[in-house]
Amino acid sequence: MNDVKKDLKKPAKIMLREIVDKVYAEAWEAKKRGEPVGWSSSKFPAEIAETLGLKVCYPENQAAAIAAKHGGKRMCEYAESLGYDNDICGYARISLAFAAGAECEEKPMPQPDFLLCCNNICNCMTKWYENIARMHNIPLIMIDIPYNNTPEVNDENITYIRAQFENAIKQLEKISGKKFNTEKFKRVCENANRTAKAWLKACSFCQYKPSPLSGFDLFNHMAVVVTARCRKESAEAFEALAAEYEESVNNGTSTWHYDENYRIMFEGIPCWPELQNLFRPLKEKGINTTAIVYAPAFGFVYNNMDEMIRAYCKAPNSVCLETGVDWREGICRENKVDGILVHYNRSCKPWSGYMPEMERRFRKDLGVAVVGFDGDQADPRNFANAQYITRVEGLYEIMESKKNGGL
Amino acid sequence: MIDIYTMGIDVGSTTSKCLILKNGKEITGKSLVGVGAGTSGPERAIQSVLSSSKLELEDLDYIMSTGYGRHTIEIADSEMSELSCHARGAYFQFPNVRTIIDIGGQDAKVLHVGDDGMLVNFAMNDKCSAGTGRFLEVMARALEVNVEELASMSQLSKNNITISSTCTVFAESEVISQLAKNTDRCDIIKGIHRSIASRVGALARRNGVIDDVVMTGGVAKNRGVLHALEEELGHKIYTSELAQYNGALGAALFAYQKLSR
Repeated sequence: MNDVKKDLKKPAKIMLREIVDKVYAEAWEAKKRGEPVGWSSSKFPAEIAETLGLKVCYPENQAAAIAAKHGGKRMCEYAESLGYDNDICGYARISLAFAAGAECEEKPMPQPDFLLCCNNICNCMTKWYENIARMHNIPLIMIDIPYNNTPEVNDENITYIRAQFENAIKQLEKISGKKFNTEKFKRVCENANRTAKAWLKACSFCQYKPSPLSGFDLFNHMAVVVTARCRKESAEAFEALAAEYEESVNNGTSTWHYDENYRIMFEGIPCWPELQNLFRPLKEKGINTTAIVYAPAFGFVYNNMDEMIRAYCKAPNSVCLETGVDWREGICRENKVDGILVHYNRSCKPWSGYMPEMERRFRKDLGVAVVGFDGDQADPRNFANAQYITRVEGLYEIMESKKNGGL
Repeated sequence: MIDIYTMGIDVGSTTSKCLILKNGKEITGKSLVGVGAGTSGPERAIQSVLSSSKLELEDLDYIMSTGYGRHTIEIADSEMSELSCHARGAYFQFPNVRTIIDIGGQDAKVLHVGDDGMLVNFAMNDKCSAGTGRFLEVMARALEVNVEELASMSQLSKNNITISSTCTVFAESEVISQLAKNTDRCDIIKGIHRSIASRVGALARRNGVIDDVVMTGGVAKNRGVLHALEEELGHKIYTSELAQYNGALGAALFAYQKLSR
């Protein structure tokens, strides 16, 4: 692994940034050549488009980038002026505004010629993509993942989803004008698995005490696993990242430059416009985020088509409460957290909706402090910094009290 | 033995409260000014409590600030969130307390404390003033009555009126439309109290309601809201004359504890 780093001679975070830039640059070039460019939901089976050589952009990644660069409010208001309600997901509003022609210097990308929508991420996605399909009069390739009411994915669902995968391949063959090559598909899947394994390995370094990284770093790095997981260079970059973390563990260094008095799990999508505000009170109190749900959710490994389908059935909003609790409690135990900070995200009601019950389960099963705050992944109007600070201080004081037997 | 004086300053969104404790037990003075963070309220409250306690600033051994404006008090030796301070203040007054419902000017919170009086968990309102003191002020203005009159008027209610608990602005419109229909004000006021109880009751049930339940904050002075909450939750709710000073009391207690250690 050290050889990988030596050969590539670049910090992993630079490699990762370059990959995302390349994804969007290639999409622009394809557009210039007159090739069809797609927009894809983050957990659509990217292996299909990659096998057919189709260039794809990711509206969720774009919306997060726009929001992080403080364009979220302007774009959301643009969408609202078109009639989209402010209760709709902030990513959706930003994306709909962009699709409708709103100027956006923060993260421009080519307008779409086809859409790849998979509702494992959420059901708002379906209407969001239907609206864009109608706006641009372009094909929408839909993969419907039924909500999993049980921990196991049943065989009927596998059959149902497999048929949709096959149909998506046929539709994309028509759009690309190319025949689907199963040998290439195998290689693409190998890359995706290698990327996922390396990403999960990098995430796993949070378990060390002290952690060689801040969990917030993973929010930045995850763009690659969303937009380019089928690429060899993504696997290499994550392997380099894991190697760097390994080296940090050995050297006793960390990207978290503060005390690690406490370790927490951050539940939910971050408030991209408010990353600094989210981070500040945590660093002041020496609270490192060593567990996050959102980032590793995009790392999944499979050995055959059935396993691949099952992997695409697992997303934060597509699994039942029991699976969701097990998933998170596993992460909390592995990463040895003292508390949990839950983001009640106005943009993501399915995710936020089952958090009160999860909070109760976390307290009962893990015995750790659990605190929630209200915010939004993309619309800064839904976040109040003073409220957030009070809640983080409350979390800190409960953790102090538990550790010291009083304040 | 030398007496130890500690002061707690609770700078809220709409009021500033100060309380001085002697030897961590005896209240020597308290003050309240009806404006909060970012105003002259904290300074005036400090001067007032020093005056009524016949003390100088130099006599104080430790000052702890709390509340929304806690970060703005330069004379404070340290600060602590109002969550822990309310827990400590309520536990001092009611040692059997396990659930605290605090309704202040712009927020509502429900706290759980352990057997030792330490904060265990909490739930707070989101970015909405429905179910807070501000909600009551807006409604009182629409009804052309003083906030202090609401409790006694609600006792005269004979009919149940439902007022929305979703939004202060919508609720105000409902109140105005009820007035336009000549609905008895006392009935409307009771409806407003039940609206707050419904909103805060839902917040309380999120983490469960464990006896003894204590209500703190300025809204606790309104017995109409307190009774509506008792009905809503099916639990007896205790309060005290110090309800509005509870955060400042907790801060003064923590201040004393800092010195003891």
